[in-house]
Amino acid sequence: MERRLHTKPALLHCGLPMNDATTAAKPDAPRAVATTQVRVLYLARLREALGRGAETVALPTDGDASVATLVAQLRARGGAFAHELAPGRAFRVAVNQVMAAQDTTIHAGDEVAFLPPVTGG
Amino acid sequence: MTVRVQAEDFDAGVEIARLRARDARVGAVATFIGTVRDVNDAARVDALTLEHYPGMTEKQLEAIVAEARTRFDIYDALVIHRIGTLRPTDQIVLVGVTSAHRGEAFDACRFLMDYLKTRAPFWKKERTPEGDRWVEARASDDEAAARW
Repeated sequence: MERRLHTKPALLHCGLPMNDATTAAKPDAPRAVATTQVRVLYLARLREALGRGAETVALPTDGDASVATLVAQLRARGGAFAHELAPGRAFRVAVNQVMAAQDTTIHAGDEVAFLPPVTGG
Repeated sequence: MTVRVQAEDFDAGVEIARLRARDARVGAVATFIGTVRDVNDAARVDALTLEHYPGMTEKQLEAIVAEARTRFDIYDALVIHRIGTLRPTDQIVLVGVTSAHRGEAFDACRFLMDYLKTRAPFWKKERTPEGDRWVEARASDDEAAARW
């Protein structure tokens, strides 16, 4: 039992720049832009609101991709994503099934889950 | 330590007997059982569907039990949480703790429930006469967990 309890999982409600990370590639960038493929899960109410339970998302790898990078990219889709993941909305992000913070780094093949506030017990 | 997430019901008597079996150090067993109510936020509840994040749920519950072991002088702990569709009066969760004396057992049991409510990835959806609705997280649960 070496797993640490995260006593204060970070709530993601701070403002993020709204520029879309996917548009950050320069016009003269190589045609095949390196990307980080991550598995993204949406749980419970978020799954219903976003109309999907899971998808694969490609993050640009110029610089380390973080939770904030992914959130910004998803928000930039607009619609339900912009609404549900807007600053001030209460949700948490887990990376590889461990509660993460905005600056948690995401690597290729990681599982990143979006969790509404929990209501078990 | 036992942590289980299951659709099936549980027999608290059997589970408690197993928890303290053959451990003569035990002088106290504290347990908590959460059950489905037929009313919530002024609406009748006909059914409750519980879903979770398989894999992470078990890890979080194990981490919470491990945390309880570091904070309280307890011998063993048990958490069983059900998933799927449940009806009013059905059992949802069982937490059990053994220790030498009641104080540590009571405290650890309450700690486990307070942390489970705010850290284990479970979600409840209620079926009411007006339709289905996701249960909102309560600030009082955060406050309860923050006391520890």
